[in-house]
Amino acid sequence: MGKYLVRRALFMILVIVIVSFLTFLIFVKLPAGDPARRAVGRTTNPEEIENARRAFGLDKPLHVQYWRFLKGFIPWPPSDPVLMLLSEPPRGDGLWLNEDVYFSYGGFIPVREELARRIPITGTLAIGAAVIWLLLGIPIGILSGVRRRSVADRAAMIFAIVGVSMPIFWLAQLLLYGFWFKLDLLPASGIPIGYNGWGGALRAALEGRFILPWVSLAYINAAFYARMVRGNLIETMNEDYIRTARAKGLSERRVIYKHGLRGALTPVVTMLGLDVGLLLGGAFITETVFGLPGIGQLAVQSISTNDFPMVMGVTILGAFIIAVANLVVDVAYAFVDPRVRYT
Amino acid sequence: MAQPLLEVKDLKVHFPTDDGLVKAVDGVSYSLEAGETLGIVGESGSGKSVSSLTVMGLINPKQAKISGEVFFQGQDLLKLPKDEMRTIRGAKISMIFQDPMTSLHPFYKVGFQIAEAILEHQDISKQEAFDQAVEMLARVNIPHPKDRASQYPHEFSGGMRQRAMIAMALSLNPDVLIADEPTTALDVTVQAQILDLIDRLKSEFNAAVIIITHDLGVVAEHCDDIMVMYAGKAAEFGDTDDIYYKPLHPYTWGLLSSIPRLDEIKQERLNPIRGLPPSLIQVPPGCAFHPRCPYKFDPCDRDVPQLLPVDGHHAAACHLSLADKERIRDEEVLARR
Repeated sequence: MGKYLVRRALFMILVIVIVSFLTFLIFVKLPAGDPARRAVGRTTNPEEIENARRAFGLDKPLHVQYWRFLKGFIPWPPSDPVLMLLSEPPRGDGLWLNEDVYFSYGGFIPVREELARRIPITGTLAIGAAVIWLLLGIPIGILSGVRRRSVADRAAMIFAIVGVSMPIFWLAQLLLYGFWFKLDLLPASGIPIGYNGWGGALRAALEGRFILPWVSLAYINAAFYARMVRGNLIETMNEDYIRTARAKGLSERRVIYKHGLRGALTPVVTMLGLDVGLLLGGAFITETVFGLPGIGQLAVQSISTNDFPMVMGVTILGAFIIAVANLVVDVAYAFVDPRVRYT
Repeated sequence: MAQPLLEVKDLKVHFPTDDGLVKAVDGVSYSLEAGETLGIVGESGSGKSVSSLTVMGLINPKQAKISGEVFFQGQDLLKLPKDEMRTIRGAKISMIFQDPMTSLHPFYKVGFQIAEAILEHQDISKQEAFDQAVEMLARVNIPHPKDRASQYPHEFSGGMRQRAMIAMALSLNPDVLIADEPTTALDVTVQAQILDLIDRLKSEFNAAVIIITHDLGVVAEHCDDIMVMYAGKAAEFGDTDDIYYKPLHPYTWGLLSSIPRLDEIKQERLNPIRGLPPSLIQVPPGCAFHPRCPYKFDPCDRDVPQLLPVDGHHAAACHLSLADKERIRDEEVLARR
């Protein structure tokens, strides 16, 4: 297990480096607009643009520019002399998203600071939604799997089909229209100024500001999970070992809940890890509709303004979260399924 | 003669499906005494598994029309309420299945799975049940039973899993053990071990055993009686000697001739039965075997042959006259063996 974790961690770092390089290439080689020109504004002269270009390091060769970005990800000063020669002497402490190097072209805010401000919002959104969709999706899935073809099953599957076919932006606006505009039961959107960090996100959540976004995200996933759990349960109940459990004379309740569910819920662990990982990387549509300043919103904003340090920050954060989520899923699976052992 | 331990009378199990009525079991009767071994032999789809699953109460009555009687210790199991049936299933009648690879739950330890069966039927502590499970594993010749009980099924070989299944089935000292193709998924050498184990435990536990198989060769030395099934009906019934040395049904002849012989010097091709088993939705009229039968004559595609006794125990369902059957058997079937 230890060896496996080390190998996976190394692999994770490799993935992040590759992602960072590709992101860098995409946003340096294919800019739809010149970031330096954007930074100095519309009315300007070529000299100012040149100055901005120099200030951002955009006049340097590609590898130097990449190294400037890369070194922000390496938590110690580089020891490789070749790379040292190519780059300027490292400034700052070289920690994750070095504040001296990674600042937004848009607001000249360090990328790290901006990400840190937005993570609690996306985190609250994703985790809260996941809790709701699990509490909703799993029991519904079990109920309709156990009572197949009953009225409850039909109702649950209509709920699920509606959920999986509804576009989230439409559902979100529908909820907004109904519960905020018409009924005025829930706050509409946004995080007020001064609600900072995890404390601020929690405060906003307690004030009900996350309820509509949670429900929009959760409904669609709950529908998906209900269908998955139902399918898994029906499939598991046809397994030979279920027949064995019945042949032992166990009660049907025990057969279903002890033997059937164990097999049926295991894949949920995998799905959940990946889905939450994906959402933590940014739930752009939900964040936009409800005006939540989260990671997804930041990603789209910075892409559309060629703010490529910010894009890199967001991309690498996303890649990191997905990689970690994958690792967590794999490790969790070893605990859930005794047949899986890592060496 | 006292009442038999298990008596199945005119059992019919029909599954209504979208394509029509599947007559999986269509009028099967047999009886079983304590300490006796009955072999039920037939091709896939002959109804041999379904008939015993019905005895176990494992066929969902919502999905099948079940009629007939299954008397066990004086009560008709088909009429028992679900809860009472549960106290018999697993405790007094237990069953082992074809594929030991998939018949144990992959996420639970073997010892737990055996102990679970014991706990369901006996009022003892978890620890006692687990100790009993370990003891049962020892009795089915699993080395280091204590360590093995704390392992998961995937850590067992196929033969060991089948032993564990047998341990589970016998842990409550049942009166009847039904073994549904217990050796089909196993290596040939392991097959013999498992069958010997069942034989030994049968006498130790004084249980009656039903062995279901498609392989006449496998059950020869382990059964007292053999029932040959075809398309949901009994084609022939008799003791082992009757079936092997005096078979009277063309289907049994076919089964016997298709067993490859190792002692023959001349390399001969395998001698299979022509054709395929019939669809259970559209069973051929008359004798279900007639489309594949080389000896069919006038009444075979019209009248359903009854399972008629030949001498006391031995019975066959075939329109051929006894004289004809004996002649064909002696001249064509046994001569070739």
